[in-house]
Amino acid sequence: MGLTPLLTIDGLTKTYPGVVANDDVSFHLAPGEIHALLGENGAGKSTLVKMIYGLAKPDAGAMTLGGAPYTPAAPWAARAAGVAMVFQHFSLFEALNVAENIALGTETLPPPRALAAQIREVGKSYGLPLDPGRLVGDLSAGERQRVEIIRCLLQNPRLLIMDEPTSVLTPQEADILFHTLRKISAGGAAILYISHKLEDIRTLCDKATILRQGKVVATCTPREVSAARIAELMVGQLLSPPARTERAPGEVLLKVADLSLEPVAAFGTPLRHIGFDVRAGEVLGIGGVAGNGQDELLMALSGEVLTAPGAILFKDHGIGAMPPGQRRSLGLLCAPEERLGHAAAPDMSLTENAVLTARQREGLERGGFLDWAGAKDFARRVIANFDVRTPGPDVVARALSGGNLQKYVIGREILQTPTVLVVNQPTWGVDAGAAAAIRQALLDLAKGGAAVVCISQDIDELLEISDWFCALNEGHLSTPRPVRGLSMEEIGLMLGGAHATHKAEPGATHAAA
Amino acid sequence: MIDPVTLIVALIGASTPILLAAIGELVVEKSGVLNLGVEGMMIIGAICGFMTAVNIGFSWSGFVAGAAGGAILSVVFAFLTQFLLSNQVATGLALTLFGLGLAALLGEAYSGISPPLTPDLFPQTLQEGSAISSIIFGHDPVIYLSLGLVAAVWYVLQHTRAGLILRAVGENHDAAHALGYRVVRIRCLAIIFGGACAGLGGAYLSLVRVPSWTEGMTAGAGWIALAIVVFASWRPWRALLGAYLFGGIAALQLRLQASDITVPVVLLDMSPYIVTIVVLVLMSSNRVRATLNAPAALGKVFHASG
Repeated sequence: MGLTPLLTIDGLTKTYPGVVANDDVSFHLAPGEIHALLGENGAGKSTLVKMIYGLAKPDAGAMTLGGAPYTPAAPWAARAAGVAMVFQHFSLFEALNVAENIALGTETLPPPRALAAQIREVGKSYGLPLDPGRLVGDLSAGERQRVEIIRCLLQNPRLLIMDEPTSVLTPQEADILFHTLRKISAGGAAILYISHKLEDIRTLCDKATILRQGKVVATCTPREVSAARIAELMVGQLLSPPARTERAPGEVLLKVADLSLEPVAAFGTPLRHIGFDVRAGEVLGIGGVAGNGQDELLMALSGEVLTAPGAILFKDHGIGAMPPGQRRSLGLLCAPEERLGHAAAPDMSLTENAVLTARQREGLERGGFLDWAGAKDFARRVIANFDVRTPGPDVVARALSGGNLQKYVIGREILQTPTVLVVNQPTWGVDAGAAAAIRQALLDLAKGGAAVVCISQDIDELLEISDWFCALNEGHLSTPRPVRGLSMEEIGLMLGGAHATHKAEPGATHAAA
Repeated sequence: MIDPVTLIVALIGASTPILLAAIGELVVEKSGVLNLGVEGMMIIGAICGFMTAVNIGFSWSGFVAGAAGGAILSVVFAFLTQFLLSNQVATGLALTLFGLGLAALLGEAYSGISPPLTPDLFPQTLQEGSAISSIIFGHDPVIYLSLGLVAAVWYVLQHTRAGLILRAVGENHDAAHALGYRVVRIRCLAIIFGGACAGLGGAYLSLVRVPSWTEGMTAGAGWIALAIVVFASWRPWRALLGAYLFGGIAALQLRLQASDITVPVVLLDMSPYIVTIVVLVLMSSNRVRATLNAPAALGKVFHASG
């Protein structure tokens, strides 16, 4: 070491009503260092970086940057001091083009033509090719991240903050990103890398600070410590992988044949000739980076968007033209990704939300009148069986934390004993304990003879619970393959279609098969 | 028969109040705010402008007062929606009703009075040269101002950093906030600009178009301005086209009524509104394309968290 630290954080504390998001957090970063900030959802990582980036003010504690006191009042002050940030949920504007998006994130705006040239130049030197004139809405997740990174690099930052950068990338795209990050750190800038992906951190980072419940619980050199040990530190307990048992495949319960669909929303993805089948007792995992047709596929399966009757077969009956209610009565249930607003109505109570999907199968409606006692009872059963932490069924959905609400919406479908269950991103934004419980519940459901389709971005999750794996890429679905014996390399190729392999030239996305 | 030159001159005059209100509302909607109170702001602009011009004796003072009146009413909307986070649709409707009522109250003593004349910008000799010169030069200053405003709004939105930030705020207010832009302040400024434009449009109505004060004299012009913004798919030049199209039909139907053609008057009265509805239906038939240029955060409440 011997170098003066670039950034020191000393005793930062931040309280929000009801929670201490950060409690006396201290660590420091040397120039050129890639420093990992690890922790589960809700451990306080986001709050900490918000304070460093000037989006939140600490209640107590101090920061220094390059030896001088550092108290950014707003993001522009942080940027002026040489701190740049790439957000987890991209802070991009879909209807604006690449150059306009980049211009919005910089303080000094060169004339448009010079900016376009600068984007190309920086892109080339860091291996991040981009066409400045393209609309961001048409870009893939990996390309969008490039926009964010170039936006930061144009300001020659001393400190680059990356918030969960690989959560939306294919393994190949992640490799390209790591290559870029190493180049940036070799240039002398420090990188604060936030993630809960342990393998990423072990390959990339020099040091790691681990947060749990707002406190620093450990500091370590990730290369020297096992992933299991880091996971233990993060969670504070040992996690057991879900138990799965061998089972003989049953009859085909859900068959999708040549399903094509035009997108409903602007910047949506069209589905192209999707085909797969799922048997009783099996879990089909559909991987792929979000925005490649996942939402559209779920809507086609749930009945929110109708297709030709023969495109979706449930026990050999064409149901493609059936509305959602009829599909539910048959036994095809769905749990969409967006918890608030799609899977659950935010301002309605858990009981009312139970009625919304369980009305038919649980017999909660008699002659046009609702059976509220029965509904409350059903909601209570979901809460009890799936360990939903809430005062009771009268609480509104919005009041639940992400993990608890997710357990509730998945439990609500599982308790209706579906024949086929389709879930989209079942553990997105859910802490490790709840995620393990949800995965186990899906496996138990399959064991009981149901067919499960699990759409997820989390490859590890899919490998853990699926029997078959396929990937969605720009609306195309790869041929499902047995999970057993599938290598990470093969999965990466399935996820990326063809384009991730050639370092993603601009426009190469269109070449994907 | 109908003289095309006078028709065009009349068309431009008839369109100007709607055009002014529409261009203001376009800026408001581009910033992600839906202000349905255009009608209310227009009529407040009409009465404020009328009262001031009558009392001071200069028509230009009326235009300034009209714009100020519309802007002040829009501040109410900005405060309710941006600081108290009220529902924009409900607040906008309330603003229209409030504006209509308040204008009727203020204008009670002013019916039947003539406002001071608004002179044309160019001398009579220049206007009388030919058909072309009377179309180009035969207008009052506000008409040229409205055209300049369209050009300015287009230039600012497309080619300046301020316009880019405004569009960004309307596209994704959370991302704009994360980048450090002051969403609420930018939206308030846009709302006030929209209010001033609507108020100016209203003042033009009571000082030049009619010119006198009658209760409820905007007669739905504000709603048509709102429809034109959608019709224009949030593009300034198309808003100009839309407003002139509408003004053209309104001017034409007046002349058709005066000529010998025997078409029921009610049908002709309806025609501008029917055309508006038909055009809106045609525009929105292609949903994906219509939404492409629409501000994605339009009408959504922004609440800065953390």
